[in-house]
Amino acid sequence: MTDIDKNSLRGRDAEWRRELRDAMPAKERTAIPRAEMPMLPADYRITTNEEVNEGLSLEQAVIEATRCLDCPTPTCVDGCPVNIAIPDFIKNIQRKDISEAARILKETSALPAVCGRVCPQERQCESKCIYNKMKKAPVAIGYLERFAADTERLAGGAKAAPEIASNGIRVAVAGSGPAGLSFAGDMRRRGFEVDVFEALHEIGGVLKYGIPEFRLPNSVVDAELDSLSAMGVRFHTDTVIGKTLSYDDLLNMGFKGIFVASGAGLPRFMGIPGEELSGVMSSNEYLTRINLMGAGRPGSDTPVLKGKHVAVIGGGNTAMDSVRTARRMGAERAMIIYRRSEAEMPARLEEIEHAKQEGVEFVTLANPVEYLGDEKGRVRAMRLQRMELGEPDASGRRSPKPIEGAIDEIEIDEVIVSVGVSPNPLIPDSIEGLDVTSRGTIAVDEKLQSSLPLIFAGGDIVRGGATVILAMGDGRKAAASMAEKLLGDE
Amino acid sequence: MNRIIEKSHFSENVVRLVVEAPEVAKARRPGHFVIVRTGEGGERIPLTIADADEKAGTITLVIQAVGVSTRKICALEPGDCLTDLVGPLGRATAVGKREGTVLCCGGGVGVAPLLPIIKAFKQAGNRVVSVLAARNKDLIILRDEVAKYSDEVIIMTDDGSEGRKGLVTAGVEEVINRENVAEVVAIGPAVMMKFVALLTKKYNVPTICSLNTIMVDGTGMCGACRVHVGGKLRFVCVDGPEFDAHQVDFDEMISRMRAYDNV
Repeated sequence: MTDIDKNSLRGRDAEWRRELRDAMPAKERTAIPRAEMPMLPADYRITTNEEVNEGLSLEQAVIEATRCLDCPTPTCVDGCPVNIAIPDFIKNIQRKDISEAARILKETSALPAVCGRVCPQERQCESKCIYNKMKKAPVAIGYLERFAADTERLAGGAKAAPEIASNGIRVAVAGSGPAGLSFAGDMRRRGFEVDVFEALHEIGGVLKYGIPEFRLPNSVVDAELDSLSAMGVRFHTDTVIGKTLSYDDLLNMGFKGIFVASGAGLPRFMGIPGEELSGVMSSNEYLTRINLMGAGRPGSDTPVLKGKHVAVIGGGNTAMDSVRTARRMGAERAMIIYRRSEAEMPARLEEIEHAKQEGVEFVTLANPVEYLGDEKGRVRAMRLQRMELGEPDASGRRSPKPIEGAIDEIEIDEVIVSVGVSPNPLIPDSIEGLDVTSRGTIAVDEKLQSSLPLIFAGGDIVRGGATVILAMGDGRKAAASMAEKLLGDE
Repeated sequence: MNRIIEKSHFSENVVRLVVEAPEVAKARRPGHFVIVRTGEGGERIPLTIADADEKAGTITLVIQAVGVSTRKICALEPGDCLTDLVGPLGRATAVGKREGTVLCCGGGVGVAPLLPIIKAFKQAGNRVVSVLAARNKDLIILRDEVAKYSDEVIIMTDDGSEGRKGLVTAGVEEVINRENVAEVVAIGPAVMMKFVALLTKKYNVPTICSLNTIMVDGTGMCGACRVHVGGKLRFVCVDGPEFDAHQVDFDEMISRMRAYDNV
């Protein structure tokens, strides 16, 4: 029996689970409408950085948990990249044992409060829910995950970490984003001495500099960091592995294994005329200024442009984060410019809906071909090529083709380019013998081990640009592989 | 937190700080820079490393007070701490024995990051001629330290208050005309580097410059420092800060450095 089978079946035969299943016929359960997430009104949202989704009430969560049919072979678990024991935690919510639900989540996911907020559930667990086959809205697994993690955190339960005995083996982590944090937690639980090195002045990686507070409050991330610190994980800011400390330095310091989780780096630009104008920037720059540096808030020395007419280029989650941030920074007109149609947008549905509620304009089937500047070198307009959809391309999405002669000029004073990132070259460049792929990502085997036996790698530095949950999954997998290797070497 | 050990003034607005940073002192090479932050709401700003003492575990920074953040740093006193300091960042200077003179020219506070490069070229066995330039004699810094590692020092001031009256390019041209210059290293304001590059291109002398663009993270993430070099988009923080001066689009760089003026 694989781990997945064990997880998905565990507890299903328990007496209380059987009672819950028998208590209400399936027909009655499936007639219950899906819970609606309470949220702040849109006109208020754009005046603040407060979290948009307010979370389910206990009553809502229990009703939603009741909808779950507790399938004998739960397909939702297959839809989860880390195979969380979904029915197990949901049924514990139904019987109001929230701390057991949270415990089950923590067994598999290092950061359930984060994943409950930022995972694209509609493409993962929820897309595999049996309700879809009945042409009904799937069980709101993400809302329930968030509910369990938040309830546990607010009750103070997550902080009560038991003392963990040390096995005396030191391991280092480069990067404190989702991959690094999940690795750190797992290794510490196994008894390793864990030191996490972060290049920036704050711990959390993309959870801090990238994802805005209106989607993921810093307090949620900080609570997760506090619980790792309480477990004995040591964090070091302002340290660039490969620069401040070399590979040899780490070995001399006594580290027996290194996990590189340095994330996605270099922002991509389109290479069109005018992209060098002032007022044209990457979403990384825009979001880092605001989220990490607090630009625009009192007491922050970091400047940020507050454009009145802002164009965000791209259709992913980072583009949505940027355009919604622009609305909050006072943009009268905040536009998503996307070369395909809305159906092909990679962003989460929820993000697209929230953006629309907040007054964001969606300009689809349009691609900028040039930015025009004023006499001071600041962007003042863009030329937009209108597109139409052709045949499906390698990604399976219908590829956009320019409509000849259909070019509009639109006045704008700020452009945020959000068309993807390339892997950060800093660590691959500075560690000799570390193999990289043709795309610049660190090459690893199925155990996430690199060409150097002491170095494992995961998250975006291996994947190029993926999700929080996949990065976390890598962290867990690398922890298992490295622990096996280091303990086997003993 | 990195403690300030020593502070001195080159002029009213130019300050030299010796800062505790043992790991950086050990790892840094000529050409590297650090990012520093002062205060909880502080901005991250790049500063080149002027010197380092590995034994004492310190690095030397030279800062000109020009904006909010540099003024805050210049106001710090020995015993105070920089809130954050991270580095060494960027690629180190490619130093080696050249077939001819290495001509190092520095403008204003650009002389500070130039000093370790002068030192390294001298120690690699080169003949080193240095040209230091500034508006007036009060703004010429590190002349004695530069002289220690240079075979000759030429000082140029706009007003003739020290050395010769004229721009840095006059000094550079004179040396190129009289001896075999294998390489020019130019560090200073963007405009100065632009004109040195135009001149040395005329004479076909390979020239390296070090760019001081706007940065936020300094580790390749934000792209604020991007500039076209030889028609290719490069990031100063990870691909630089040094580039072939003949390939850098200085006009683009100068325009982009004004992106946050009056913001």
